[in-house]
Amino acid sequence: MKELIQEGKTVEDAINKALEKLKMEKDQVEITVMDEGNRGILGIIAARDARVKVSPRASRQEKAIQFVEELCSKLGVEMEIEAIEDEGDPRQLTLKLKGRRMGLVIGKRGQTIDALQYLTNLVANKGEGESYLRVILDAEGYRDKRKTTLENLARRLAEKAVRNGRRLILEPMPPHERRVIHMVLQDDGRVQTYSEGDEPYRKVVIDLEETQ
Amino acid sequence: MQELLEYIVKALADNKEKVNIHLEEDEKNIRIKINVAEEDMGKIIGKQGRIAKAIRTIARAAASNSGKRSFVEIEE
Repeated sequence: MKELIQEGKTVEDAINKALEKLKMEKDQVEITVMDEGNRGILGIIAARDARVKVSPRASRQEKAIQFVEELCSKLGVEMEIEAIEDEGDPRQLTLKLKGRRMGLVIGKRGQTIDALQYLTNLVANKGEGESYLRVILDAEGYRDKRKTTLENLARRLAEKAVRNGRRLILEPMPPHERRVIHMVLQDDGRVQTYSEGDEPYRKVVIDLEETQ
Repeated sequence: MQELLEYIVKALADNKEKVNIHLEEDEKNIRIKINVAEEDMGKIIGKQGRIAKAIRTIARAAASNSGKRSFVEIEE
């Protein structure tokens, strides 16, 4: 990543000039003061300019991609990452992994890819401000397949809850999977869904809609 | 395995120089001890042990690569 060494009359002046050149804001960069400079005294002692080094900080997107690349290479899995930014939602980034041995990366019932995804989200957002980047990891269309499975499961269980006239509690699931269940049943007037319990054992409940 | 866990733990911890990973390996098992600074314990374990669980899951995947079982302990 490009970094810039900039001189200026004062430290602040140097920083402002550098930011202007990089077209970046102060919170997007790392600043190192190399020389605080000296204004000189009444022109007797020569003034020395201040000098700063300004380097763009890795964005959360870059941190996420780098983390996944490093992890997979250390796991001994060779793969390529395709990064897809969600046009409608800049706070979401999907990383599609392509390569051999994706089974190892996905793991039983997606356990490994969910763990990788969870850690990637933590690392990408570590030390960042309030806004949050949601990173989704996918391999070999696993997320789509899983989504279809969950949607079918949700519809089937909603039928069962209605038939039996009582609420149903699902297995513990990570947040993105619970979201799928809530979404698919939100238009089903017969049932309502909510989650119970604490992470990582939080479960979706399919309950009967109360009739007036 | 060593490099993998060191990379993960250092990415999560603030006191990176206090991160220490110790491996003991025999033909069936890999025992892993992760040592971090006291103030980093929360960042490695997480609420309800969520982060520790994710680290164990990845260690298991890495160990199964060589047909072994893994055991991860986290200490101050």
